Amino acid sequence: MNNALADLLLKNQKEILEQWMKNQLSNNTLREDLMSNENLRRQSQELLDLFLKAVKKGNYDDLNTREYEGIIEMLQGISISRAQQGYSPKETAIFVFSLKEALINTIVKADGDSKEAVNSILIINNLLDQLGIITFETFIRGRESVILRQTQEINEISTPVIRVWEGILALPIIGTLDSARTQIVMENLLQEIVNTGSSIAILDISGVPAVDSLVAQHLIKTVSATRLMGAECIISGIRAEIAQTIVHLGIDLSNIQTKASLASALKLAFAMLQLEVKKGERKIIK
Amino acid sequence: MDRIPILKMGNFLLVTIQVDMYDRLALNLENDLVTMIRRVEAKGVLIDISAVSIVDSFMGRILGNIASMSKILDAETVVVGMQPAVAITLVELGLPLTGVHTALDVEKGMILLKNKLNLIEEDDDEDKDPDDSTE
Repeated sequence: MNNALADLLLKNQKEILEQWMKNQLSNNTLREDLMSNENLRRQSQELLDLFLKAVKKGNYDDLNTREYEGIIEMLQGISISRAQQGYSPKETAIFVFSLKEALINTIVKADGDSKEAVNSILIINNLLDQLGIITFETFIRGRESVILRQTQEINEISTPVIRVWEGILALPIIGTLDSARTQIVMENLLQEIVNTGSSIAILDISGVPAVDSLVAQHLIKTVSATRLMGAECIISGIRAEIAQTIVHLGIDLSNIQTKASLASALKLAFAMLQLEVKKGERKIIK
Repeated sequence: MDRIPILKMGNFLLVTIQVDMYDRLALNLENDLVTMIRRVEAKGVLIDISAVSIVDSFMGRILGNIASMSKILDAETVVVGMQPAVAITLVELGLPLTGVHTALDVEKGMILLKNKLNLIEEDDDEDKDPDDSTE
C-alpha cells in the first residue's frame, strides 16, 4: 500500500508541482520582492524531486535514514538562506506546508474518501509536519547565528583603544559593561599598554548608560589590573546621576582617580607626565 | 636545588624571574631576598616578572609578602613587566597587590625606585634644571 502511495505521487508529480505553486502564489505572504517566481518554481521543483525520491522506498516516518539526507540538507539550506534574506518564520513555514495541501489534494482526487486515502493522508501529514519542524529549527538557528555574529561585531568595534599622546591611552566605553565585555576591554587595554609602553590610561565612561554595583566592580577590576601592569588609570566622563548612584550604592572609588570630563583627565595626565600645554604665539601668515 | 639569582646594583637588588615559578622556588626566593636585603641593607628591590606567564594565588601572595617584608626592612619593592594575562588573573583572584609598586619595564621601574629614594635630592635638581633634559 505504501508503495502504491509513492507511485501515485510519482505519477502525479506534475499536478502536485502545479498545485503547490498555485498555493504558494495565491498566498498573500508571497514575497516577490525577495525571490522571483521562476526561482521559487525551480526551488520547489528540486525539493519535490528530492521528496519523491525519499518516499520511493516506502519509508514515511524515519527521517534519520539515508533517503532523507538530500531533502533535509536542502530544506536546511533553504531555511538558513531565507532567514538571512529576511523572510518571516510564517513565510518560510508556508513554503513547506503548502506542499502538504497539494499532496493531500492529489490523494483525495485519486482515492476519494476510502479508508486507504485517510491512511495515506495521515502518513503524509506526519511526514510533512516533521519536515516543517526541521525547517523551523534551522530557520531559528540561522537567525541565532546572525544575532551571534552581530554581538561579536559589536564587541569588536566598541572597544577601541586610542593613543591620544605619547604615553597616554584613552578608552571610550560605549554601552553597558557586562562581564564578557569587561574582559575584552581589559585585555585590549592591557595589551595596548604593553605595545605602546604607555604609563597612563584614561577610561572614559560617558557612553555607559548606567553604573550598578556590578559595572563598578568591573571598572575597579580594570583599574587594578592596569595598576599591576605599572600604569595609572584615570576614570573620566562620570555624569551627575552616575556619581549619585555610585555613592548611594556605597561603592568606594576613593583610591581611583576620577575626573568629570575627558578634557580634565587629559589635563591631569599631562600634569603627571610633567607636560605643559601652552598657547603659542600667533604667527602672521602672509 | 634551583635558585633564582639576586643581583646587587648599588643600593638596589635586581631579581629577574625567567622561569615559571613553583611553590618551593617562590619560597626560596622570598627567603633569599629577605636575607639579602638584611645583609646588604638594600633600599630597593626590583622584581622583573616579564617572562612569567602563569601565576596562582600562592605566587601572588608571595609577591605581596616580599613587598611587606621589604617594607619592614626599609626597602621599596617594584614589580615590573607584568603580562596582561597575569594582571587579569591576579585581579580575578582578588589580589590587587596593594603596597607593591609597579612599572611597565625595568627602565621605568628603576626611575620609580630612584624617585622614591631620592625624592628630596631630585626636588633640588628640579629647581636647578626644570626641563630635566640632562640626557
